[in-house]
Amino acid sequence: MKPPPFDYVVATSLDQAIDLVSSDEDAKFIAGGQSLIPLLSLRFARPTLLVDISRLSVLRGVRSVADALNIGASTRHADIERLPVVRECAPLLSAAAGWVAHAQIRNRGTFGGAVAHSDSAAEFPAALLAMGATIVTRSSSGERRIPSTQFFGAHFQTALQHGELVVAVEVPTADRFSRWGFSEFARRKGDYAIGGAAVSARLNEDGECTSVRAGLIAAGPGPTSAEGLEETLVGHLVDESAVDAAVAQCERSLSPESNVHGSKEYRRAVVAESLRRALHQAFDLGGTQDERRSA
Amino acid sequence: MKTHVTVNGEGYERDVEPRMLLSDFLRHELGLTGTNVGCEHGVCGSCTVLLDGEPVRSCTMLAVQSDRRRLTTVEGLACEENLHGLQEAFTACHGLQCGFCTPGMLMTLLPIYNEARRLTDDEIRDAISGNLCRCTGYQQIVESARKALDEAADLAEFGADAEG
Repeated sequence: MKPPPFDYVVATSLDQAIDLVSSDEDAKFIAGGQSLIPLLSLRFARPTLLVDISRLSVLRGVRSVADALNIGASTRHADIERLPVVRECAPLLSAAAGWVAHAQIRNRGTFGGAVAHSDSAAEFPAALLAMGATIVTRSSSGERRIPSTQFFGAHFQTALQHGELVVAVEVPTADRFSRWGFSEFARRKGDYAIGGAAVSARLNEDGECTSVRAGLIAAGPGPTSAEGLEETLVGHLVDESAVDAAVAQCERSLSPESNVHGSKEYRRAVVAESLRRALHQAFDLGGTQDERRSA
Repeated sequence: MKTHVTVNGEGYERDVEPRMLLSDFLRHELGLTGTNVGCEHGVCGSCTVLLDGEPVRSCTMLAVQSDRRRLTTVEGLACEENLHGLQEAFTACHGLQCGFCTPGMLMTLLPIYNEARRLTDDEIRDAISGNLCRCTGYQQIVESARKALDEAADLAEFGADAEG
């Protein structure tokens, strides 16, 4: 359980970091290392060179830009959970952060790292799909702005090319018409989810739903968007029967794989129930706080 | 690679391989074997230490990443002959059986103790959810934590009253 040998450089500029990784196909970026270091210890990863970007101040900080919040890649999960600006402007993201692993990991793990890692059971990719976030990347050929729906692929794959780095994520700022819901189930708080869902919606002055999106956790081989919610819910005053219909339709499209945590039928049911609870929370349809917490 | 760290208030400089985990650095390079190593891949929490005052897993961090940072290990708790309040409470409430998970439990609870935050049992269980006890002695660990945190909170409130 010891990492294999590798070279290590503390990057002093973003360009230097990108140059170093680009010029060696077995090089990797490292920041918090909360996913990468276990992979090294288990020897599932054998990079020749690790370029540490955690001391680059350009990747830090959260700031408002127009009607979005720009979250630097080095922002830690614990900061996403606690920072007042994130809690106010992106409450879904703060709520999701509280479910990411355990406190010790949230104190080290970075937002950009979790996004680039793209685990299907992770909270942030699902939240970003729900929020319609934009992933901002840098490489030697410049900056790209990639919609979250085009960023996350299956089996830890993303739109990132080798040598391309997530530098920030932009999420739309919540306003008084925004609604959100989050629900997740794991055997032990902080463990990888068996299933979960993040919901982001908007209402108009009359309380009718004008948009709704959901990202699903552990619902397939990668971070997954819920299908068919808009058709059922947009344009209506959303009630429990509408939610049930939307969830039933979405559930049919899900294909989680059986694993040690449960059969695919069980996992599909957990994801669907999580989606139902998250939609209930978003549209304020009752369900007790306790029910939400245990979800 | 030259790495300079401050551990429990004392400065150390060592030349280490980049691949050395912080947990191994503390144990093998500095001889601070109070930090226990369990799973070595970020699951069990035994190796929890404070990095600039916040709990982190030392098995999930490279020693070189701690360069110019401040660490606290379980050796930093007791003062001479006097056990720390958390250690006293774990002793009083039988909060340890084999003791392997104890340093991690203590270091996870330390910032909460220092902030004198009074937690419910549910919140304590949430706070230590990243620490496994293979003796499964969680009930007494929760009781120990509750005793220590209540005492710290009582003391803080008493101090605030005395000042007021």
